[in-house]
Amino acid sequence: MASRGRASAEGGPGRFRSAVMMWFSPSRMEAEGTTPDYRFSLANERTFLAWIRTALALVAGGIAVDQFLTDLTWGLRTSIAVALFFCGAVCALRAVHRWVVCERAMRRGEDLPSSPFPAMLAVGTAVASLLVAAAIVFGVTR
Amino acid sequence: MSEVRDPAAQPERTRFAWRRTTLAGGLVVALALRHALVRDGGWAGLLIGAVGVLCLLLITFVAHVRMRRLDTAVPAPSGHWPVLTVAAAVLCLAGIGAALLAVAER
Repeated sequence: MASRGRASAEGGPGRFRSAVMMWFSPSRMEAEGTTPDYRFSLANERTFLAWIRTALALVAGGIAVDQFLTDLTWGLRTSIAVALFFCGAVCALRAVHRWVVCERAMRRGEDLPSSPFPAMLAVGTAVASLLVAAAIVFGVTR
Repeated sequence: MSEVRDPAAQPERTRFAWRRTTLAGGLVVALALRHALVRDGGWAGLLIGAVGVLCLLLITFVAHVRMRRLDTAVPAPSGHWPVLTVAAAVLCLAGIGAALLAVAER
């Protein structure tokens, strides 16, 4: 496919930059390929919303940690909360980026891009919850 | 293809996804308001909580517009602005969480 050859020639960083430019430029997006079946776009929208809910869950977790884990020391509690807020913000940004990149791939008729982000988030969440459980069990409390 | 019903109910599923997202936002703002009241953030805490309510209203408004536009046989896909607006509101909520930590009693 011609579009695929052009895409691979574009390379990694340049491709990322052009996707980020597409965040704020609907016309740049519409210049790519053809409009896909609306059902694919709706599926992409739902995936975006699922990531947004993931981000909201992380933010909610951060606020909850500060309210409900009051036995932990202030420093530890605040560090966990700030880490969760940061992850929530990253998730929200990545939700937009993923939506743009998938929409572009569908317009071009390319495969959807793969990404290590879900696996990284899963491992990060697992490690973080183990650390919090350890902090509670082994008493990093005041 | 006029008025063909989508057998996979894609518009309906997408509308429910917007509904769920609004509810998740409501949970975050409820927790933020509880934080402002329980952890004694004072007036600053309440002000930050009010900004959170505004973020929730923004998400609700975007969801409402999207849900109305999805209520047709062949709905229009989401453009840029609903995606960017909702993401900005969530970023704002993350900032509100951090701000609540800053103003709360230790």
